[in-house]
Amino acid sequence: MDLSAINPLVLVASLMVAATPILLAAIGELVVEKAGVLNLGVEGMMITGAICGFATAVETGSPLLGFLAAFAGGAALSLVFGVLTQVFLSNQVATGLALTLFGLGLSSLMGQGYTGIKPPPTARIEIPVLADLPVVGRILFQHDWVVYASLLLVAGVWAFLRYTRAGLVLRAVGESHDAAHALGYKVVRIRILAILFGGACAGLGGAYISLVRVPQWTDGMTSGAGWIALAIVVFASWKAPRVLLGAYLFGGVAVLQLNLQAAGIAIPVEYLSMAPYLITILVLVIMSADRSRAALNAPASLGRSFHASS
Amino acid sequence: MTALLTVEGLTKAYPGVVANDDVSFAIAPGEVHALLGENGAGKSTLVKMIYGLVRPDAGRMRLRDTPYTPSEPRAARASGVAMVFQHFSLFDALDVAENIALGMENPPPQRQLARRIREVSEAYGLPLDPDRLVGELSAGERQRVEIIRCLLQDPKLLIMDEPTSVLTPQEVQILFETLRKLAAEGTAILYISHKLEEIRALCDNATILRLGKVVATCDPREKSAAELAEMMVGTKLTPPERESAAPGEVVLDVSGLSMKSANPFGTTLKNVHFRVRAGEVLGIGGVAGNGQDELLAALSGESRVEPDAIRLKGADVGQLGPNARRRLGLLCAPEERLGHAAAPDMSLTENAILTGVIREDLAARGFLRWGAAQGFARRIVERFDVRTPGVGHAARSLSGGNLQKFVIGREVLQRPEVLVVNQPTWGVDASAAAAIRQALLDLASTGTAVICISQDLDELMEISDQFAALNEGRLSAPRPARGLSIEEIGLMMGGAHDMEVADAV
Repeated sequence: MDLSAINPLVLVASLMVAATPILLAAIGELVVEKAGVLNLGVEGMMITGAICGFATAVETGSPLLGFLAAFAGGAALSLVFGVLTQVFLSNQVATGLALTLFGLGLSSLMGQGYTGIKPPPTARIEIPVLADLPVVGRILFQHDWVVYASLLLVAGVWAFLRYTRAGLVLRAVGESHDAAHALGYKVVRIRILAILFGGACAGLGGAYISLVRVPQWTDGMTSGAGWIALAIVVFASWKAPRVLLGAYLFGGVAVLQLNLQAAGIAIPVEYLSMAPYLITILVLVIMSADRSRAALNAPASLGRSFHASS
Repeated sequence: MTALLTVEGLTKAYPGVVANDDVSFAIAPGEVHALLGENGAGKSTLVKMIYGLVRPDAGRMRLRDTPYTPSEPRAARASGVAMVFQHFSLFDALDVAENIALGMENPPPQRQLARRIREVSEAYGLPLDPDRLVGELSAGERQRVEIIRCLLQDPKLLIMDEPTSVLTPQEVQILFETLRKLAAEGTAILYISHKLEEIRALCDNATILRLGKVVATCDPREKSAAELAEMMVGTKLTPPERESAAPGEVVLDVSGLSMKSANPFGTTLKNVHFRVRAGEVLGIGGVAGNGQDELLAALSGESRVEPDAIRLKGADVGQLGPNARRRLGLLCAPEERLGHAAAPDMSLTENAILTGVIREDLAARGFLRWGAAQGFARRIVERFDVRTPGVGHAARSLSGGNLQKFVIGREVLQRPEVLVVNQPTWGVDASAAAAIRQALLDLASTGTAVICISQDLDELMEISDQFAALNEGRLSAPRPARGLSIEEIGLMMGGAHDMEVADAV
């Protein structure tokens, strides 16, 4: 066992890369849940985004187009969920689970013929001056543009929910759809827009796995990242800055696990691979132990179907 | 004076029921106009059409002599029509200013809005702090949020849907002052209620609806409450009566009952004391959200408390669950009919089994005795005049009044030692309400102790021997109901909740 083999600088830098897919998916799901919709299909939308992005990037040679395709692919799949749950009033939990299974199958169909290919590399952006700072420059300012975009997105979502009227309306819809309807807000339209945003973000997160993090295509390569993203939203008690904290925490555990393996710690690999999930469960238990506080932050209409009949 | 709003021949039909049939009336600027009618008479549908939430099938509306066809509430608000809802259209987890901003077309920035809220609330004697979370406000304060939301838009017509059902008598007085001030400034007010005395005190004109039709128009100040009631219900109502019997032994003794609510916006019960004797009716009044649900949960066993906080005939039952308490004779009928007192999609027979299985012996060795269960359900339907095609029909298919009769009857027929009911006649038509009250009194005269939690003070005064009020989780000391004045009751309910008129400032 040789812990000195773990370089903390590399660890932190790779933590940001490892956390970005779940960060993107989680911030999207946060918006969806704030609007009162529980979409359990994050995993399916991520993997669909992963293959859409991968295939497009390989065919066109442009990672940027790949990410755009992932954005569209995730949104398209989420639209299926949106129409089923908001228009046809199907059960959100069952539909979300179905979406995950459907996405896994669809992606594996679309991905035939793309195994073993390398995608075009995504450009790193070395922020001038800052990137040359000792230590910090290496950790924070030498990443690809998606990492920065994800951070901007978190800040944007936070400001949107907190300071804009549209954000207030979105929160109101998630809090009480009946009251929002009585005031004349278009509950269904607002929720479908939120679902589309969530799907697009999940798609981006998936593409980040297949284009940057791994980078290659294998079936089921998101391997549960979507579920962790869902857990992080609860862990963050529906607050955008805490989503960032949660995602980096879980990203950190995942990276540390790889590093520990590399350092030859005498623990079976399976235990280390379990660690992020075990910690997810542990954190969720601790978070929800104080029931009243967790309940206070949860959108009150979360997961409830809305029908404008009364 | 020319009319502000005229409604001509409005008709709206839902599958199986005509909610409004050729309704016409007019309201002038500065007039307080009452819409009077029982639950289900079509009052709510009518105002929803005026507010643009529901589109009429036929008929016309004119606002200031121009055709008025609001397609959505936003259009209604733009035309100067504002509405305060019966079930508040507020968001618990947002603060007062955010709630008000949501109801406005072009809200100013939050800081400016907060200042305007303070100005308007003080001008109309309705003090309100814009930064507080709505979930923490009392019912009276929440209503202020709605009223101020309307006032900020300078409405020409203000619709108030059953505004006083959640207020203490003192709070009602403050509200009436505000409404009179508004009317004097030329705002027309459409006031919906089934409380006759209020309408006689406040309104200039009344339109009375029965089963969707206008049955009369009158000046309520020239009619007696009994005359108005007769027009509203269509028949004479006989108030429930009972033979007075000497109260027996103390059956239920609650002492030092404290309990935290399971709901983050709920009320903590604080050191509640009371005793009920056999054959006695204890009425517990109070504004909604002052611990009623929590008290029912503590008495029914849904929430466990200290063993000796609740004693039934001398035995500690505080730690027992609902079924153990039922076995001992402590039965409850909660407020929410669909979902709490009855399972909406299960048949009446199945619902009868759910609470009656122990005392009516409806199961043997783990198997249900369907014959006995159906017999029990049929007995409830017959004894309490529940209108239903059969006991195999789902609870959801019954009207509110019929289901309520079933729910109360199911407990009454189990011969309880103590029966706790919460809001037994909420949303129930007058004749069903009278039947339910009579059933509770009959039960008491057979020696059962009855605890009736209700927000309807008239109901409590009608049936109670003892009266107590819940206020912020505390229960006032019970007093004999006979001879209590409305002022005394108001003070027991917490007075005006520190919401004195701000004119003094």
